[in-house]
Amino acid sequence: MTEGAAVSRRGFLFGGVCAVAGGLVVANSSRARALAQTVAGAGKAPAAPEVTAWIVIEANNKTVIRVARSDMGQGALTSLPMLVAEELECDWAGVRAEFVSASENAARGRVWGDMVATNSISIRGSQEYLRKAGAQARTMLIAEAAERWKVPPAECTARNSIIRHGPSGRSVRFSEVALAASERAIPAEVTLKDPREWRLIGTSARRLEQRPRVFGEPVYAIDTHVPGMLFAAVQGCPAFGGTLKSFDPSRVKSMPGVTHVIPVGNDAVAVVARTWWQAKVALDRLSVEWDETAAAELSMEPLRTMLRDGLHAPDVVKGHATGNLPAAFAASARILEVEYEAPFLAHLTMEPQTCTAHVTEAGAEVWAPTQNAEATLNTVTRALNLDKAKVAIHQRQLGGGFGRRGLAQDWAIQAVLIAKAVGQPVKMIWSREQDVTHDYYRPFAIAKHKAGFDSSGKLLGWEVRLCASSVFAQLAPYLMRDGVDRLLMDGFVDRQLGYTVENFEVYCSRRNTAIPVGFWRAVNLSQNGFFRESFIDEIAEVAGQDPYRYRRELFKNNPRALAVLDEVAARANWGKAPVGVHQGIAIVEENNSWCGEVVELSIDEDGNPKVHRVVTVLDSNFVVHPDISNAQMEGAIIQAISATLTGEVIFEKGRAQQTNFHNYPFMRMNEVPKIEVHLKPSLGKYGPVWGGIGETGVPPLAPALCNAIYSATGKRIRALPVKNHDLRCA
Amino acid sequence: MPVQLRVNGKKYSVEVDPETPLLWVLRDHLGLTGTRFGCGAALCGSCTVHVDGEARRSCVLRVGEIGNGAVTTIEGLGARRPHPLQQAWIEHDVPQCGYCQAGQIMQAAALLKAIPHPTDTDIDQAMSGNICRCGTYSRIRAAIKTAAASMGGGKPGGGAA
Repeated sequence: MTEGAAVSRRGFLFGGVCAVAGGLVVANSSRARALAQTVAGAGKAPAAPEVTAWIVIEANNKTVIRVARSDMGQGALTSLPMLVAEELECDWAGVRAEFVSASENAARGRVWGDMVATNSISIRGSQEYLRKAGAQARTMLIAEAAERWKVPPAECTARNSIIRHGPSGRSVRFSEVALAASERAIPAEVTLKDPREWRLIGTSARRLEQRPRVFGEPVYAIDTHVPGMLFAAVQGCPAFGGTLKSFDPSRVKSMPGVTHVIPVGNDAVAVVARTWWQAKVALDRLSVEWDETAAAELSMEPLRTMLRDGLHAPDVVKGHATGNLPAAFAASARILEVEYEAPFLAHLTMEPQTCTAHVTEAGAEVWAPTQNAEATLNTVTRALNLDKAKVAIHQRQLGGGFGRRGLAQDWAIQAVLIAKAVGQPVKMIWSREQDVTHDYYRPFAIAKHKAGFDSSGKLLGWEVRLCASSVFAQLAPYLMRDGVDRLLMDGFVDRQLGYTVENFEVYCSRRNTAIPVGFWRAVNLSQNGFFRESFIDEIAEVAGQDPYRYRRELFKNNPRALAVLDEVAARANWGKAPVGVHQGIAIVEENNSWCGEVVELSIDEDGNPKVHRVVTVLDSNFVVHPDISNAQMEGAIIQAISATLTGEVIFEKGRAQQTNFHNYPFMRMNEVPKIEVHLKPSLGKYGPVWGGIGETGVPPLAPALCNAIYSATGKRIRALPVKNHDLRCA
Repeated sequence: MPVQLRVNGKKYSVEVDPETPLLWVLRDHLGLTGTRFGCGAALCGSCTVHVDGEARRSCVLRVGEIGNGAVTTIEGLGARRPHPLQQAWIEHDVPQCGYCQAGQIMQAAALLKAIPHPTDTDIDQAMSGNICRCGTYSRIRAAIKTAAASMGGGKPGGGAA
């Protein structure tokens, strides 16, 4: 993976920061250094023609395929080039991936489209135009060869970076025609292969991005080196809603290496020094006064009351309704009414928040671990009140994302404000404590279910009410419709519910506070999946039915979901767990992928749950790289088990009580269950839309796990995490 | 007085407060950024290096305490030829984000040096101090076994210092 420098056919210096930012001489040389680091060991990238914006063919007939979406471990640096290569017909052994720059994307009219990697969007959001890009370039290369040979293009084929003319047996390497082909018009219409003709897509092809990660090469934002760089450590106000009152730099100003002690915005302070450790030591000794009066009500009980009140408040919005629910409730012999709750969660990306920036009068240069380089560009542009053309964003690999580094760009703002105050390049790194206590948390959420049954236990009607802080209201108000954040009802609205329930209604309201909320892998579905699929088991119990068989009935009009459900039950040998082991099942659709999971666990005599096995079936419609998909499912399941068993952030007067891995634990090697992933792509059988994969393993896990706990103990977990419940046998 | 250090077979004289954790000396003074910061409190293992062949958390190891100890980092582990663990890591496509993997590999290398053919229990004991937020544990386990098999009864530790 490199960040090469190739001259485009349009005369644009790829990654040409100097041309973009104008006069950033120091920055440009620092960029050269960073570049040299990035390509270390990979050799210098020769100037080569850009066939189209996505594809460079080098003189040695190797192919550079550009990647616009971030890579945080979800494999975009392999799976996205595969989509291009499938149609380009280049030799995969000679393919290298290269990030594009957000600044250049802006300057070239967004020729690379969207750069965001959130919402499991990387593949499903770009597969069509990436395959098209490959087909366009192949068409241009073949047209050039055919013209030289004076034969019809239709008689020529491309394979492994070589074009052949069948009738004459002539052949030519891509590299020999690439320069001339790049001058040809890009064909607007190309025919894409039928999925049955794919040879690369659907295989676990060689990964392009793994070696540097295994040899310790500097690929992450935190590894950025810029000559003359200083280091910043940051302390934000310990309580959300609080502000910086005053600080006394006198004691730390003279400490070794310290160069600056500065406020950052109105709620943080930074120490800048020659090394990060010097900055950190000085920051720990800095006396700061905060005004935390605004945070007085930000404790769990008042927050819980606020959400409960929100369930029936006047601003509640109806999201979806079928049938006649009031009549169903009136006819009910029995009403079941229960409340569920899911806690605040933090992200704890393995690489704490970090960002390197250099800000001068001429412009700004930023090295960012971003899930959304265009959001970083926009954020920095606004924070510094600069013209977009004067800001260069270098997208580095991320040490974890999970939603922390998409639209939440607080770390980028801090880095550029510090760098602006200092006037030299600065690498800002948060301590882990700063990271855990200043996250954009998965929202604390409450759900209330009300279900009516006839005297035989048959479900007559079901009402769901939800209240939480809205992530859209916090980070993307422009994505709300009529002031409503429909994500709050994710999994209950429209097609997503998937079940046939005759009389059904869902309502929501939002309550935002100074505690920032953000996107956490699977977003609202990570909570709503738990609320819904746990309650389905409660409904099945009233009906006196097995949870799997009961779901089958509810899926009577949903063959796609039913196929996944049946497959996971069969793979898990549902109903036939070993003695002492208990099963739970759940199934959720996310981003047009259906995912079913069965969890097997036991409870020891001290009441500790042990997860032995998780079986999962995923229908994402299409799969580009099965092994990456498996890895994403494995990771999602481990993240979800950790969150379900132990994950919570508790606030007291606006202060997060969790600070590091000792009080916000994450699953370790000795706790990992057997995970069996079965990919079951339906290959267009139920429709053409591609499904997402990165988050899809999360939503069914918590309910499947808690349903298994119920099977083992008769105790229904309605508030996460599990650790807060006594599971000992009575 | 400068601190004297031996890292990956090279001698360094570093002007630094001896209280500074080795991690930051490696990263910010020596430019060896393969060793990564994760928690600063020996809770996650991202910063694992070897001192005289033993796995240590460099985020809490004061540089002044190392003395004549030979420090090996991920950059030194496979310097001459890739360590069998590094090859196995690629074979099993262990990394997702990859940020913790240098620490995981250094921890595993110390394990294989002590126990050339570890059981699952040995792997649990040796590796449970290293967190992977992406959840690559099953692949780490498989890769350790592959590396152990490829190293056979030969020289445990491979290219480690």
